[in-house]
Amino acid sequence: MAAKVALADVEVGTELPAITVRVQRVSLVMYAGASGDFNPIHWNERFAKAVGLPDVISHGMLTMASAGRVVTDWIGDPGALVEYGVRFTRPVVVPDDDKGATVEYTGVVGEVRDDGTVRVDITAKFEGQTVLGRAQAVVRLA
Amino acid sequence: MALNQDYVGKVYPPGEAYQVGREKVREFATAINDLNPAYHSVEAAQALGHADVVAPPTFAFVITMKAMAAAVFDPGLGLDYSRVVHGEERFSYSRPLVAGDTVVTTTTIESIRVAAGNDILTTRSDIATVDGEHVVSAWNVIVSRGTGGES
Repeated sequence: MAAKVALADVEVGTELPAITVRVQRVSLVMYAGASGDFNPIHWNERFAKAVGLPDVISHGMLTMASAGRVVTDWIGDPGALVEYGVRFTRPVVVPDDDKGATVEYTGVVGEVRDDGTVRVDITAKFEGQTVLGRAQAVVRLA
Repeated sequence: MALNQDYVGKVYPPGEAYQVGREKVREFATAINDLNPAYHSVEAAQALGHADVVAPPTFAFVITMKAMAAAVFDPGLGLDYSRVVHGEERFSYSRPLVAGDTVVTTTTIESIRVAAGNDILTTRSDIATVDGEHVVSAWNVIVSRGTGGES
């Protein structure tokens, strides 16, 4: 296992390349099938509205997966990730149109630890508001 | 109705073992729109020192979701699943999960608390190989809206 980023090359405040992810209804159908999470709030507009949501919403775990990509794209080897956690604070609403929802992910090194790991703090923004709280990953760098 | 505090510490032993399949890993990686070669190419994964394609970090949830059902739907716990939202998720890895792993999951109810009228349930699911090697632990926090009354 070897991250392509060296510990010596990062410091607190180092910014990771940002990514933008477009989520469409088909993304939710694919994620439902691949994950086995068939909760209808993620694909059935009628059901979602009946339980008080504005529309179908994305799986929180899909948002978490995309946010994690900020870190794994940066280090190359996903096996170098040792910890990863998020809080789900707001839903990503996915309309039934050609655009879907656009979520922007950024990451910054928040801590460099003595054991050769660093903590990355991730921000996920949808329509100008954060949708994840305390999104942090710990990775072992080369 | 508040959740049954007597269930804190309750352990749900593993059910049937889960085999991490190469095509399932690829399907999952495609569904999260992640083209990292380590998820798709055996050669690329092996070049990084892994035995086979690596499962994306959140893939573990696919496995723990099945295991957690025993706790979440335990009638004595008293959880109304229709009122539940996913609050937090965290993974702590000893090593990455890779295709070919056969794993079992043990789920423990770590805490039950009430905040702002909501019941908050934290479970920990420990995934280990059938040979007993720890791979990853997942902490799942779910919030049951409006059920954490005074009674």
